[in-house]
Amino acid sequence: MGNIRTEEITLSMGPQHPATHGVLRLIVKTDGEVLHEAKSDMGYLHRGMEKVSEKVGYTGFQPYTDRIDYVCAMTCNQAYSTAVEKLAGIEVPERAEYLRVIASELNRISSHLIMIGVYSMDIGAFTPFIHGLRERETVNDLLEMLCGARLTYNYARIGGVSSDMPPNFKDKCIEFLDHFEPIVDELNRLISFNKIYIERLANIGVVSREDAVSYNLVGPNLRASGVNFDARKNLPYSVYPKLDFNVPVGKGKMGTPGDCFDRYWMRICEMLESCKIVRQALKQIPDGEIMAKVSRKIRPPAGEVYTRCESSRGDIGFYIVSDGSDKPYRLKIRTGSFSAMSIIEKMAPGMMIADLVSFFSSLDIVAPEVDR
Amino acid sequence: MIDQILTWFPVMPTWVAHAIWYLIIIVLLITFFSLFAGPVSWLERRIAGRIMSRIGPNRVGPQGIIQWLADGLKNFLKEDLIPADADKILFRFAPYPVFLGVTLILVTLPFSSLLIAANINVGILYVVGSWGLVVIGILAAGWASNNKWAYFGGMRSAAQMVSYEIPIVVSILTVVMMSGSLSLQSIIKAQGVYPWEWFVFSHPFAFIAFIIFFISAVAEGSRTPFDLPEAESELVAGYCVEYSGMRFLFFFFAEWGNLYIIGALAATLFLGGWQISDGLKEWALSYGTIFPHVLEVIVFQIKAWIWVLLIIQMRWTLPRLRVDQLMNLSWKYLTPFALICLLGTCLWMVVFPHGVSYVSYALVAITAIVIVYYIWRVFWHLRFTKSKLNIKWII
Repeated sequence: MGNIRTEEITLSMGPQHPATHGVLRLIVKTDGEVLHEAKSDMGYLHRGMEKVSEKVGYTGFQPYTDRIDYVCAMTCNQAYSTAVEKLAGIEVPERAEYLRVIASELNRISSHLIMIGVYSMDIGAFTPFIHGLRERETVNDLLEMLCGARLTYNYARIGGVSSDMPPNFKDKCIEFLDHFEPIVDELNRLISFNKIYIERLANIGVVSREDAVSYNLVGPNLRASGVNFDARKNLPYSVYPKLDFNVPVGKGKMGTPGDCFDRYWMRICEMLESCKIVRQALKQIPDGEIMAKVSRKIRPPAGEVYTRCESSRGDIGFYIVSDGSDKPYRLKIRTGSFSAMSIIEKMAPGMMIADLVSFFSSLDIVAPEVDR
Repeated sequence: MIDQILTWFPVMPTWVAHAIWYLIIIVLLITFFSLFAGPVSWLERRIAGRIMSRIGPNRVGPQGIIQWLADGLKNFLKEDLIPADADKILFRFAPYPVFLGVTLILVTLPFSSLLIAANINVGILYVVGSWGLVVIGILAAGWASNNKWAYFGGMRSAAQMVSYEIPIVVSILTVVMMSGSLSLQSIIKAQGVYPWEWFVFSHPFAFIAFIIFFISAVAEGSRTPFDLPEAESELVAGYCVEYSGMRFLFFFFAEWGNLYIIGALAATLFLGGWQISDGLKEWALSYGTIFPHVLEVIVFQIKAWIWVLLIIQMRWTLPRLRVDQLMNLSWKYLTPFALICLLGTCLWMVVFPHGVSYVSYALVAITAIVIVYYIWRVFWHLRFTKSKLNIKWII
């Protein structure tokens, strides 16, 4: 048997492949089902957003931030406006901050629902995906009540938010949360504790604590590896210090800390934490203005700023250099998906093709966030 | 029947009568097959819709019941595309073994005591043999497509089907041993009418053998959780990635045909087949000679359809196994347990030549408890679900 000549197969996984969820490409070298190498190839969705910002100005760039990560656009909005406000020294009314937090946390729930659904679809179970989308519809309805859009919200504006919440929003939102929290249990019964599902997720793609830090994983992926870091807690912004919530950290729920199941489980826990945050924010929200007095053309003083916000895919950072004009001199967006792509090459050798799909999905990569 | 045809048309040579008779049977079987595979695809999509809290196809015809005709027509009209670099002969050939492998099994399926196309005395051997044809087609499709994804799908499917045939055959052997015959009709006749007289409940080893048979048969039909050959999230579409139009449809005919074959084989081998009680038979005879057979067909169909529905429900509930886990399941668990069951059956038949009736009653009771628990569980989920439900009992 030793004399049989075997050859590596080079597979091009993507840009059109069901598991890459968007236009991403993995160049995979395999020996049968076992991977020798997986290289990520990206740039298929590059839209030159950072350059666009230098042409359209601070206010003009706001709608573009929706398109960075369309699954969780609210936090991108929030992160960008927070950065500009910090640069220009704009004081945001407290009601607007609360509205931003409510919107972002609702969006986080919907984003995690997509992740959970898509992940189980990659593992082969279709039903949780549709159930996740069904619940996401209600979140979309709520966000539509806030800002009129269902995907690209453009809700947080520089200096506040675009519109106040309608009178019946609070009741609808509480109604949704009461309905949603048991749904998480339902999802757990349906898929999370399924024996086959656990077999496919637990102990697969174990990212150690050191690797997670050195490969710059952020958000739930980082916390799954046991690093307790959440921008909402550790670098407090907006009104998060006033809200009481836990940061779930991976402890190896079904296997080793930092495996795919932990990354999945972080999302389930975070959805429940987000529900808690929304409830508190709805209780605490004060009356008042929703928009600070901001001139039509914002001319921040010359200088630079870097802000980090916790998006559902981890830190989203905006680095803005201003030269005193109404357009940023340079704007750099730092996203979680981009850095998560780099760890695939490290983790892939020795995995099976099905494991790669599982690992790739567990990182929750959104293609437009990688390329911008 | 052939004699009757000859009496109607006395001038006809005997071989023509034979040919006509076999042609009629073939047409009937193929019709039954397509009439099964078509609507069951609609049924599966409707059930999937209910499970996923959506509706499913409901536009073509009442409740969308002829959606499968529209889909079939669409596939007929599609361009028959053969990739330029494909092995053209093999590519054209591949769908037929798949289709044939499943259709050939129908020949020996005993729908009633009379309704069987050919009562072969090595029936079950023939069934297992023709089921093995499927893998040739799938492997050919995977190879001929000249596509790496299709190649992976073909390889996976070959490995899967070859490994799962062993537990299937060994678990079938326990039945063969109990009945002492390879013919499907005599296997049915060796069982009784009531559940405790069926092979599945005759002793614990047969019970386990049935479970092994069912799991392996689902794997043989590559249904979820064993649908690795066509795992869409990993291999795009597996071995049928390059197929379009009617050739693609042939693969799906086979897939849905497999569903019925699994159910029918489970009913035949383990669940007493078409048997009805003597009292029922006499009551039916009082309405005409044909009615007992109608009842038998109904009983057989009910037993087969239970498994069809179960497999459909499994497909929309469970995730997919990984390749090595699939192989582990077959070689480390199913095959050894099937062999143990075979040995256990031998011992049981030696120690208790006439069976132990209270063991059968106990097994029936356990199964009844499981079924009651299952139904309770379904209703529990329905009651405590927070999803917005719109349950209509007619789907």
